[in-house]
Amino acid sequence: MSPRSASEPGPAARLLANLRVIGALGRRSVAQTFRRPQLMAPILIFPTILLAIQTAGAGRAVDLPQFPEVNGFLDFMLAGAMIQATLLAGNSGGIALAVDLEIGFADRLFAAPVSRYSIILGRLAGTAALGALTAVWFIVIGLAFGATIEQGVPGVVMMILFVSLSAIAFGGIGAAVALRSGSASVVQGLFPIVFVILFLSNAFFPANLLLEPAKTIAEYNPLTFIVDGVREPVVGSLTPASFAEALGSIALVGAISLGLSALALRRRVRLGG
Amino acid sequence: MSPAADIATIRALVRRAANEILRVPGAAIPGVLAPTIFFLGLSAVFGNLIELRGFDVDSYLSWLIPISLLQGAGFTGAATGVNLARDIEQGWFDRLLVSPAPRPVLLAGLVLSASLRSLIPAAVLLTVGFALGAHWPGLLGLAIAVLLVMGMGTLAACWSVTVALRFKSQSAAPLMQAVMLVAILTTTAYAPLELLTGWLQEVARYNPITQVVDAIRQGFVGEGVTLAGTWPGVVALAALVAALAALALRGMRRTAY
Repeated sequence: MSPRSASEPGPAARLLANLRVIGALGRRSVAQTFRRPQLMAPILIFPTILLAIQTAGAGRAVDLPQFPEVNGFLDFMLAGAMIQATLLAGNSGGIALAVDLEIGFADRLFAAPVSRYSIILGRLAGTAALGALTAVWFIVIGLAFGATIEQGVPGVVMMILFVSLSAIAFGGIGAAVALRSGSASVVQGLFPIVFVILFLSNAFFPANLLLEPAKTIAEYNPLTFIVDGVREPVVGSLTPASFAEALGSIALVGAISLGLSALALRRRVRLGG
Repeated sequence: MSPAADIATIRALVRRAANEILRVPGAAIPGVLAPTIFFLGLSAVFGNLIELRGFDVDSYLSWLIPISLLQGAGFTGAATGVNLARDIEQGWFDRLLVSPAPRPVLLAGLVLSASLRSLIPAAVLLTVGFALGAHWPGLLGLAIAVLLVMGMGTLAACWSVTVALRFKSQSAAPLMQAVMLVAILTTTAYAPLELLTGWLQEVARYNPITQVVDAIRQGFVGEGVTLAGTWPGVVALAALVAALAALALRGMRRTAY
């Protein structure tokens, strides 16, 4: 091992530099989303419209005998809207990354003397910030229209935490596809798949009231556990078991998606595109 | 230009839109896939709503299929506006404008292609729906559904063309899609009027698209197709198409100057 030269930065300085890169790219990612209606609409506008319409359109569902005890259908739907927005934020982040690859901006970043992983983490940090923003947005909307968060402020903090972590985990899938394909339209093609995953979970309706085969699939879908983690602070109390299941599911999805992103990044750098 | 030349121009524009489907099949997939996924997903999610007192239907698939048909037409019509915005951004539309083709002919070409393209998601949805057990609406019911779906495609195209001509950017795509989504879902999409709650019940009562939904739905869940169940939907859709076509044409006429 050769001795480190005096001009070479130490581990602490490198970490600091990488954190600066992650922060700067995260801010850029958020600003970019706010500037482009195509990226913003799926994250906030469409989930808000769907929340409003589904709450009023299927609100009588709470009268079904097997429906869980809730203060109102809006209370039940909030978690679904947040997770829907989070998944779409992950997809939008992937589209933005693919656009960066298409226009050559990402190549310039890859050529810079910073860790390439921090470039991807920067994009995911932006997605996490957008996830937190959507959580706050839907909490405010929910409270304004009569929802009650049973677990109060700690519940709100827990919801924002779960949604932000989910944004990183699901954002990793968008990033992996963007890095592997380098095409925004391919990442855009994930949009319908997002809804397949949502419909096959308890995001919009209790799992016990879904029709087969959605009912059985929802019981094993990691998203169901994540939705429970976000929903329980609203409708009741988050149990340690639900907390662990939600966190474990996020960790599972995150490990797979970030692993795939790392592999796709290494391949891209090795093959040069 | 002579009527024959007008028809030739319209045919050329329709053929250009069709070429896009043949040459870039992937471009048509979201317009087909999204309403199909929504149809299957929403019926699995909200299927148990028919257990509610007052929801006198024995198949939620049959209840939902008219909404999905209209959604498919709405997405397809909105795509016409997105494609027009792309053509404006790339300068291709300017070349159309300097041609001797009258503006109404150009508009007719665009909306007719949308109207025909809306049959693609409709065919997929009906095939999937019937395969899964949606009720057969009878030939007349099916004909009414097809007619109204094409009308919805025309309406969505008129709206999206108006927006594309106003903003001249593909960035306006969410506006084109969101308005169609809201128009279709703020009807009796999920449940009968009596079972809707709050603001949606009032909005659905006065939303003209509710009449269109009811006209399509009568074949799938009702006692059968009747004139009384059909004409309000046809009139409502015709009036909306006339109003939005006038707006789109106004946009077309202003674009050149």
